[in-house]
Amino acid sequence: MTAETEGRVYNLAGQDWDEVVAAADEAGDRPGEERLVVNMGPQHPSTHGVLRLILTLDGETVTELRPVIGYLHTGIEKNMEFRTWTQGVTFCTRADYLAPIFNEVAYCLAVERLLGIEADVPPRANVLRVLMMELNRIASHMTAVGTFGLELGATTVFLYGCREREKALDLFELISGLRMNNGYIRPGGVSQDLPSGALEKLREFLGVEPALIGEMRALFDDNPVFRGRAKNVAYLDLTGCMALGVTGPILRATGLPWDLRKSQPYCGYETYEFAVPTRDTCDAYGRYIIRMDELEQSLKIIEQCVDRLAAKRPAHDPVMIDDPKIGWPAQLAVGADGLGNSPAHIARIMGQSMEALIHHFKLVTEGFRVPAGQVYAAVESPRGELGCHAVSDGGTRPYRVHIRDPSFTNLQALSAMAEGGYVADVIVAVASIDPVLGGVDR
Amino acid sequence: MTSENLPDRAAKAGEERLAEQVARTGMFGTEDTGDTSGYGGLRVRRAPVPSSPRPYGSYFDEIADRLADSLDSGGPGFPEAIEQVVVENGELNMYVRREHLVTVAKMLRDEPSLAFELCLGVSGVHYPWQPGRELHAVYPLLSITHNRRMRLEVSAPDADPHIPSLVDVYPTCDWHEREAWDFFGIIFDGHPALTRIEMPDDWKGHPQRKDYPLGGIPVEYRGATIPPPDERRAYE
Repeated sequence: MTAETEGRVYNLAGQDWDEVVAAADEAGDRPGEERLVVNMGPQHPSTHGVLRLILTLDGETVTELRPVIGYLHTGIEKNMEFRTWTQGVTFCTRADYLAPIFNEVAYCLAVERLLGIEADVPPRANVLRVLMMELNRIASHMTAVGTFGLELGATTVFLYGCREREKALDLFELISGLRMNNGYIRPGGVSQDLPSGALEKLREFLGVEPALIGEMRALFDDNPVFRGRAKNVAYLDLTGCMALGVTGPILRATGLPWDLRKSQPYCGYETYEFAVPTRDTCDAYGRYIIRMDELEQSLKIIEQCVDRLAAKRPAHDPVMIDDPKIGWPAQLAVGADGLGNSPAHIARIMGQSMEALIHHFKLVTEGFRVPAGQVYAAVESPRGELGCHAVSDGGTRPYRVHIRDPSFTNLQALSAMAEGGYVADVIVAVASIDPVLGGVDR
Repeated sequence: MTSENLPDRAAKAGEERLAEQVARTGMFGTEDTGDTSGYGGLRVRRAPVPSSPRPYGSYFDEIADRLADSLDSGGPGFPEAIEQVVVENGELNMYVRREHLVTVAKMLRDEPSLAFELCLGVSGVHYPWQPGRELHAVYPLLSITHNRRMRLEVSAPDADPHIPSLVDVYPTCDWHEREAWDFFGIIFDGHPALTRIEMPDDWKGHPQRKDYPLGGIPVEYRGATIPPPDERRAYE
């Protein structure tokens, strides 16, 4: 027990709470008050990553909550300023690591708008982008719902979530070569077309996934423990969302059907048939239900993508813009050693055309120039509006790229959701926001 | 060729380009008489940011008109508050004088015909070559009511890096302004607690400024080390 400038400080070593309270009462130090400042995180399984919360508790009630972030700051935005515009994809994909494709699409849409080539992106590339985004949405929502369950102590839900996410990641691996941090979307199109057998695998996925989602919903939707923990908890209404800049499932749980895929379509979303699920409960349970409903809508979109991809012959339908000054030169093929290269392209630049070699070298090492100016491009990520503010000074590297990550903005609302509630509800509030700290800290 | 036989807008654009600073000269590193390519005389200028002429197109004219009405009737007036209107890449960007930022933002939010309910954060940009306006803060705005977007841009000199805080108008700017302070050193006057958010509290400097020193990689190979990324040889 020591006297400090801010008042008396009591050290707790466990099991001695009653003694300390009695001592505090005796000392006349705000008798009867049980104010306790608790540090939660940054290494705590239920803070969803390296998030630190400083809670002021009065008994079981949270009177003040201050989130502390920055533990996963990796300088992605700064790093991008020293790489070419194409290499930027490799960096921004690592921001929100549960939604890598969305980071890539937002960034590439910004670069394409600066270049003025938005309309020239081939239709097949747009279908592939939509396909990958919706697969990614499923993977991301599965993690969100799975960890939601885990944080409430329901390990089965987490295992179900991981099982289904794995199926989406397997498809990522098949199509892009990587499970995470894909680097699949490039300015001007996508890096490669579907490999052979991908359509069958996608159909297989579409065949089993609805049953798996149904299994998860049967387990969790009406689970009395889950409903008791999540209903009317972490309340945030429309006014709060607007003031705090909150978007995504949290905003749609207030009853506002705001989804950029519908309101400001990109990549051809206006040509797909899907619904925007909403709830008007403004609570954690509503956000969970919206995520589950969105899974079903994503499957619907993927089905339409597969039909469109099956209708075309890949060889006649490019996936990269027809502009040799921008489009990456090679279509990769997997060699016998498992590494990707393109034998036809290598034969051409090494054996046939000196100019093609020079061109390849210039484009790959120097990159392309982007006209000076600035843009803000936004997509609907699983967590809300993911924006990319890109500034070019006319050079071959981004002058400045800022990623407006929805996790960063939505996490601000945590205090508004959790203050006045119980400590246990803080966990529910964090899980219902579904922040990804890689995106928060970038 | 004289300016008389050029169309007005092309002539104006050319004059604007020629008025810009020279960003770099020459090429391939040759400056003496050894330059036989002729590229040694190259002068590359900064790209100008020209004001857009009316009509701006799309819904941008309506936004400008409504904002002008509000500013003229209950504020400092449109030309006083708005320095420049730029429409590029199909997006509307208004450069606001910093002393009028809060008034303009409040009007954009509250005026029913504008109704920009959502502010999507603050993005700092550092332009060391613009004397007196090195630091920029960019605020993308979104109106859900009208399904419209626009941006506000404010500048401040390095010597006096103050911009009024928008937390009172858009509480969402709280963390975003802390981020812009952390990375660019922009001081947002009136912010409730302007502290570092991503970097450690005792960090020195603001890492995303262009003049922030970058570290090289101290790997020595036969007496050479790898220089910091901004000092490496590169095509530009």
